[in-house]
Amino acid sequence: MADSETIVAPHPRELQHHFDDSAQQLESSTLGMWVFLVTEVMFFGGMFGGYTVYRDLYPAAFASTSHFMNVTIGAINTGVLICSSFTMVLAVRSAQLGQKKAIIAFLVLTLLLGCVFLTLKGVEYHEKWVEHHIPGPGFQYADARYAHQAQILFFLYFAMTGMHAIHMIVGVGLLTVLIVMAGRNRFSGAWYTPVEMIGLYWHFVDIIWIFLFPLLYLIGHTQ
Amino acid sequence: MSAILPFASTEARTNYLNVDYGWKSWLFTTDHKRIALLYLFSITAFFFVGGAFAVGMRLNLLTPEGLFSHDTYNKLFTMHGIIMVFFFLVPSIPATLGNFLVPLMIGARDLAFPRINLLSWYIYIAGGIIALTAIVRGGVDTGWTFYAPFSATYSNTHVILAALGIFVGGFSSILTGLNFIVTIHKMRAPGMTWGRLPLFIWGHYATSLIQVLGTPVIAITMVLLLLERVLHAGLFDPSVGGDPVLFQHLFWFYSHPAVYIMILPGMAVISELVTCFSRKAIFGYNFVAISSIAIAVLGFLVWGHHLFVAGQSMYASMAFSFLSFLVAVPSAIKVFNWTATMYKGSVSFETPMLYAFGFIGLFTIGGLTGLFLATMAIDVHVTDTYFVIAHFHYVMVGGMVMAYLGGIHFWFPKITGRMYPEGWAKFAALVVFAGFNLTFFPQFILGYQGMPRRYAHYPPEFQVLNVMSTAGASILAIGYLIPMIYLTWAWRKGPVAPQNPWNAKGLEWEQAPSPPPKYNFEHPPVVTEPAYNYSGEEQEVKSGG
Repeated sequence: MADSETIVAPHPRELQHHFDDSAQQLESSTLGMWVFLVTEVMFFGGMFGGYTVYRDLYPAAFASTSHFMNVTIGAINTGVLICSSFTMVLAVRSAQLGQKKAIIAFLVLTLLLGCVFLTLKGVEYHEKWVEHHIPGPGFQYADARYAHQAQILFFLYFAMTGMHAIHMIVGVGLLTVLIVMAGRNRFSGAWYTPVEMIGLYWHFVDIIWIFLFPLLYLIGHTQ
Repeated sequence: MSAILPFASTEARTNYLNVDYGWKSWLFTTDHKRIALLYLFSITAFFFVGGAFAVGMRLNLLTPEGLFSHDTYNKLFTMHGIIMVFFFLVPSIPATLGNFLVPLMIGARDLAFPRINLLSWYIYIAGGIIALTAIVRGGVDTGWTFYAPFSATYSNTHVILAALGIFVGGFSSILTGLNFIVTIHKMRAPGMTWGRLPLFIWGHYATSLIQVLGTPVIAITMVLLLLERVLHAGLFDPSVGGDPVLFQHLFWFYSHPAVYIMILPGMAVISELVTCFSRKAIFGYNFVAISSIAIAVLGFLVWGHHLFVAGQSMYASMAFSFLSFLVAVPSAIKVFNWTATMYKGSVSFETPMLYAFGFIGLFTIGGLTGLFLATMAIDVHVTDTYFVIAHFHYVMVGGMVMAYLGGIHFWFPKITGRMYPEGWAKFAALVVFAGFNLTFFPQFILGYQGMPRRYAHYPPEFQVLNVMSTAGASILAIGYLIPMIYLTWAWRKGPVAPQNPWNAKGLEWEQAPSPPPKYNFEHPPVVTEPAYNYSGEEQEVKSGG
């Protein structure tokens, strides 16, 4: 053990023993994060595949259920998430420049926007609860023609937005960790990998919503 | 500096095994070699659990009337499938030999994300415990394929726990694959170009691609199944407009590529064994390397051949049939190239090579019968018969388990610093080969004659072949128990192994001691020659085929 440590020259605190240098470590983290996001694409892809099949089978029922989606809240939430992506980018930029206060400020802003999204999502879910649109034994649907099909579509709605919301909650947790780390002066212009990685994750979760919003809320809405 | 160390006793030198002791140094280790051993022991345990269910099934099929009730038999084959597929075959070679060898073979000190590597083991254990809980609480009877709507609505067994176990366990597979991909891209030693990578690494790279792209889909499939089972919204229930075939598509989108997760690492091991014991460079390095990637890519396009009789469009079936034939091409390239490697080589018959011979023969039978199943007309005749069972056991057990045992024997000196007893090992390899064929060859005939899978009872005319199969299974079980005993003994008492007992090529043999130190190499390795340079020639990597 002693002689293997002599291989590694004096290195920054964040450099782990098994990497040769910081550049290799950063490249590995970045590639790892992108590969992880690919797995996430496949994860959501299964549900998007199911959505495609049922939309092809039951277009009329889709048009019918989209009238019960709260487009106003959905649109506001879309704006909120786009803004949060912007503040996340600014946080990464501040990290590159080594501006500690700005990192914290933008991360907190991103976190707050994420919480606004989740709160509005909760309001929407509550509406669905009141209207008996939660799939399961209590499900009721006004248009008898689509009673069964609508339940499947609401099932997809809850599965897709629910999985997205879980990812948002995880993201909020990760942002909290980042804020604590930034407060402890862990980041510098030379090392801010976690900010950048969680930034990638946050953008990915936003992009999922950018697809969910038109697919679930807008398609067939005007029919 | 010195490539071949003098005979050093294991205890004299600090290595990854004796660097520290105590349970904490194992349960909190981030050393890829120790994590490989954690996986090795837990996977072996699951192998014997899954094997116990197989014993139950074979006992039941000894007589036409059966021994157990239908319900019990349904649970036996389901739990056998779930444990063997998700908790043995999928992680077997990648998580043990792959974990141990990928950094060693490319000259790295560890995997790119050592803590994630440890996390993957804990996730595996968590998933395994959930699945075992399902067993202890009474089991599952849906078959390992969980077809809806039976699994979602009608089965009154512990589907939720089993599906949850698979969902959780899948993330360990994803994290292992992610770790390998990043490690192979970013952690190679100076001079270790893509064209010089051992084929073991190419095989694991291809496996990792499938793990990363496929496993998330089974995860979401299990989530949808769980939600449907709780809510009964009818997602997969045709009586209210749901589409049960959609479930089959989602399931096989992962589970067919998953059979390549199970076989590609086996092929990766065989490439190492065949070259070493033929004392020759692999025939057609580029073809063997790229065929792994081709299998990974094509493997994602053939899942529909599981749905030939499920009401899938005829035209889709034709496309899937054609693509299934196509995936046989890269597999065949591998078999041809291994054979050509042996041609005019100095072939010797140590235990790992015996397993390699077993693999090549049995995989070829398993692969060729796969072409029968890719042919739509024949598939209709043998769908859900023992022909299918025999086919995939020739690939999974005759192929993968053979490769796994061959690999364990080959790298046992590197892992433990001890030699195994060659005589016993050869004997066990022959017992496994004989037992395997006696178990599964009769099943080809049974299936062709029309005996369906997943039934506890059968007509009396099938009894002779079933008795043969059960007898073979008993021999096979003994064949698996013998290595358990002598390998355990050899770990403590075997003769001390030199650094490179096989005179094999590769960084793990030529530049790392047996067992390796904590950070693998005493000096940072530099690679100056292509893989498998057994002829010892100074040569540049060829760019052509």
